[in-house]
Amino acid sequence: MVTPTKPDYKVIGTRPLRPDGIDKVTGRAQYGNDIKQAGMIQGQILRSPHAHANIKRIDTSKAAALEGVKAIVTGADLPIVTGDTRAENSINVLAGAKALYRGHAIAGVAAVNAHVAQQAIDLIEVEYEVLPPVLDVRDAMHAEAPVIHDSLRTTSMAGKGENPTNVAAQIGFNFGDIEKGFAECDEIVEGEFCTKMVHQGYIEPQACTAMWNPDGQLVIWTSTQGSFPVRKDTSEILNHPISKVKIIPTEIGGGFGGKIPVYLEPVAALLSKKSGRPVAMHMDRTNVFEGTGPTGGTSIKAKIGATKDGKLIAGYADMAYEGGCFPGSSVTMGAMAMFAPYDVEHVKIDGFDVVVNKPKTQDYRAPGAPAASFALEQLVDELAEKLGIDPLKLRAMNSSHEGTRGPGGMPFSRIGQEECIEAALNSAHYNTPLEGPNRGRGVASGFWFNVGLRSSVNVSVQPDGTVNLVEGNTDIGGTRASLSMQLAETLGIEYGDVKVTVVDTDSVGYNDVTAGSRTTYATGMAANKAGLNLIDEMKKLLAPKWQVELDSIQFADGVFSSGEKSGTFKEAAGIVVGANGAGLTASGSVSAGVLVGGGFGLHIVDVEVDPDTGKTQVLRYTVIQDAGTAIHPSYVEGQMQGGAVQGIGWALNEEYYYDEDGRMANSSFLDYRIPTTLDVPMIDTIIVEVPNPTHPFGVRGVGEVGIVPPLGAIANAVSHATGVRQTQLPMSPRRILETTQGIE
Amino acid sequence: MAGRVHVTTRLNGEETDFLCEPRQSLLEVLRDVIGLTGAKEGCNNGNCGACNVILNGKLVNSCCVLGAEVQDAEITTIEGVAQGDHLHPLQNSFLENAALQCGICTPGFIVAAKALLDSEPDADEARVRHWLAGNLCRCTGYDKIVRAVLDAGEEMRKTPASTR
Amino acid sequence: MAVVWIPTLLRPMAGGAETVRVSGATLREVIDNLDQQHPGLRDRILDGGLIRDEIALAIGSDQATDLSLAVAADDEVHILPAIAGG
Repeated sequence: MVTPTKPDYKVIGTRPLRPDGIDKVTGRAQYGNDIKQAGMIQGQILRSPHAHANIKRIDTSKAAALEGVKAIVTGADLPIVTGDTRAENSINVLAGAKALYRGHAIAGVAAVNAHVAQQAIDLIEVEYEVLPPVLDVRDAMHAEAPVIHDSLRTTSMAGKGENPTNVAAQIGFNFGDIEKGFAECDEIVEGEFCTKMVHQGYIEPQACTAMWNPDGQLVIWTSTQGSFPVRKDTSEILNHPISKVKIIPTEIGGGFGGKIPVYLEPVAALLSKKSGRPVAMHMDRTNVFEGTGPTGGTSIKAKIGATKDGKLIAGYADMAYEGGCFPGSSVTMGAMAMFAPYDVEHVKIDGFDVVVNKPKTQDYRAPGAPAASFALEQLVDELAEKLGIDPLKLRAMNSSHEGTRGPGGMPFSRIGQEECIEAALNSAHYNTPLEGPNRGRGVASGFWFNVGLRSSVNVSVQPDGTVNLVEGNTDIGGTRASLSMQLAETLGIEYGDVKVTVVDTDSVGYNDVTAGSRTTYATGMAANKAGLNLIDEMKKLLAPKWQVELDSIQFADGVFSSGEKSGTFKEAAGIVVGANGAGLTASGSVSAGVLVGGGFGLHIVDVEVDPDTGKTQVLRYTVIQDAGTAIHPSYVEGQMQGGAVQGIGWALNEEYYYDEDGRMANSSFLDYRIPTTLDVPMIDTIIVEVPNPTHPFGVRGVGEVGIVPPLGAIANAVSHATGVRQTQLPMSPRRILETTQGIE
Repeated sequence: MAGRVHVTTRLNGEETDFLCEPRQSLLEVLRDVIGLTGAKEGCNNGNCGACNVILNGKLVNSCCVLGAEVQDAEITTIEGVAQGDHLHPLQNSFLENAALQCGICTPGFIVAAKALLDSEPDADEARVRHWLAGNLCRCTGYDKIVRAVLDAGEEMRKTPASTR
Repeated sequence: MAVVWIPTLLRPMAGGAETVRVSGATLREVIDNLDQQHPGLRDRILDGGLIRDEIALAIGSDQATDLSLAVAADDEVHILPAIAGG
């Protein structure tokens, strides 16, 4: 690790075992589909086979007559809701007048077991009037394209457009004078890039169990990244008071942004209400591909220019992103992250959020940034080649630093892009020459934010001096450990003396999602705050016991002291808790905003491309990333490696392969090929630590940055290996052969 | 209700019997009839390995085996890997190497790796990667999983099986 | 006077300006005074007196979620899209 001055932490920076680990290696941990409730029945969903169709009639009578069927629901069973976003969420859960994508949920059935439920689904008759689907983002923007929503108008910060359109939103950023900027350039490079719809690929399909009790209390066990947003969404879609909805988060088998919305929960709830039984539902893999929220395809035209010495002067991008059947692509965030690694005076970006007849898109790890980086990092690479400058040195020459105008014009506070570049220049990988035919090396930079948002935890001291930490963030990648470590550090106690539990929405204050690279950051802040509040409460109880003035009591390095009196945390706990017999509890809540940090990453990759098959083998991969402070280095490394490998899949293989009817032809893990152990080497990691000034321990969120550089890094490597630049993803064997050999 | 079959089998070392419909997979039987939810459904069509169990000494995707087929078979699931409260070297190694993030693929990987190391205790990195290519993980990028399996193999070679 | 950076698509409402100098001791006052100079801008930033969900405000490099925060002379005020993550 590359570290500037770092405090002498006792717990932070060590690698203890995670507290939920044993349950997870023995199969005891309970995930979304592992919940068993007495009398539980199984639910299943009927999905539209058509990408775009008016629904003329739904006849459920034959399904209802099947023995073993207990309840059936359609969109007609959902209350009317107001507000664009709420209405869209509701229609996405169960279709209204139109099927908007193949896989769109049309009806739900609950039956005594999954097989009968599926038989019932097959008996539901739906009359569709099939409409032409809109399947390409640029085509959808044309005036002659079929309009998916008659009521949709282009929205921007400036207001609303007048005509029906598929362009849901327009965004823009404009700093300096782009024309003057390009006029000053000695060298300009430009290109048109395109990426396809891809899926987060979490191995656990969506799953939940709902119980609607006769008194109106609704309990839902679900695999989710955010139990509180699920509570809100379910309450709104069903028009049922939030106070009567309890969400119990199970363990979650991956999310990456895709398990933030509700899909099954409101349907399971309604089926439970109608049948009077607990209803369990889960998706199969085809449903996951066709009926959840992949991230949209993109079309980016970009142009950058520099002086002959390598100083970047101007950058322009026109970015059109698919939102799926409803608005909500990540074009704004992609636009904000794109140029972040570079200090460029003149930048102009035009962005468009476009609807198409595909699933409603959803965040996928650093949403918007990977596609933007795929474009820009290749242009930077081309510029480096044209100017004869080493690509890392070119980045160093133009690196963002504290004070650089970053995303959206706001100046950066302390950041680590320069340190990442330096670590790359000094790395073993970069200093090992790559030899052999058909081989190439590529580098790319990337940036992602960490949001803060809201978190709330409770801490209680036990008589033996151990501390219970109660929190509300589902643990997708080791956050029970990272939060316990921050609390232990705050209290000056051992990691093993903190016992952490993730609880339901009735049992802890409000917590925003486990996403946005925020949990170790913001919930860690809340844990730190709770710990400090706890120290204050203990001081108040110690003062009379020690017979000293309250403000004479100090706490440092895990020890309370006043004059000659002193005691460790454990000893003090024995005095104030043990003696009283009563528990001592404190809480910590934070509301930490959204622009509170962010980190840089830099990837180096070596590839070999087989000229006969077009297959790309990844030979060596190094991830460099600024973690601020790595609370648990093993789990930081895990985020870096996981993001990189998702990026490898996205770059080389993954895509939603659509036929002309808007049907995803490869909706299984056989043909939607995510990386296996054979596709990747060991992923080396170098953690850089430039502390985040907004966090008590300097934490920067690390969960998302890792997926931003791979697309550009691998494209650059392939370009150097083959001599041909790839402007379309995925860089599949077929695509490589097409572009290098002109094969049709 | 389709006629049910009565099946007797040896599950994690214990004689076990159950009733199942002919159309129920072994995965469904384990999870919904017997109540062992350690084997996970990731795809239900043999492409992800999350449902791996060892059947008569062979590694299988239990979603592709029928419950009715396992009469008199020997089955090991993730629940049978530890010995009482004594974790298997693979389980310890996964924990020490931080080889799990969300953990959903972990039971499948541990069962698959056990099947490998039981028959090939000297498996090297290439062999481990080849064997485990049928187990999909989306969180870890496989680096720490492969290291964990190699470390466990080393541990198992040092310690006689009878004392593990 | 603070320097308010105007989001690109709102610049037509500010006479095309990239930045506008605005007086005010707090963030709320600055926004009110900005609206005095260029009517209609406040409604793009605030809804019912609160910061719009889709907007994030910053003073210099620090996000500001509280409109009563003090704004010093020559401070930069930024109006940005709120971002999320996955």
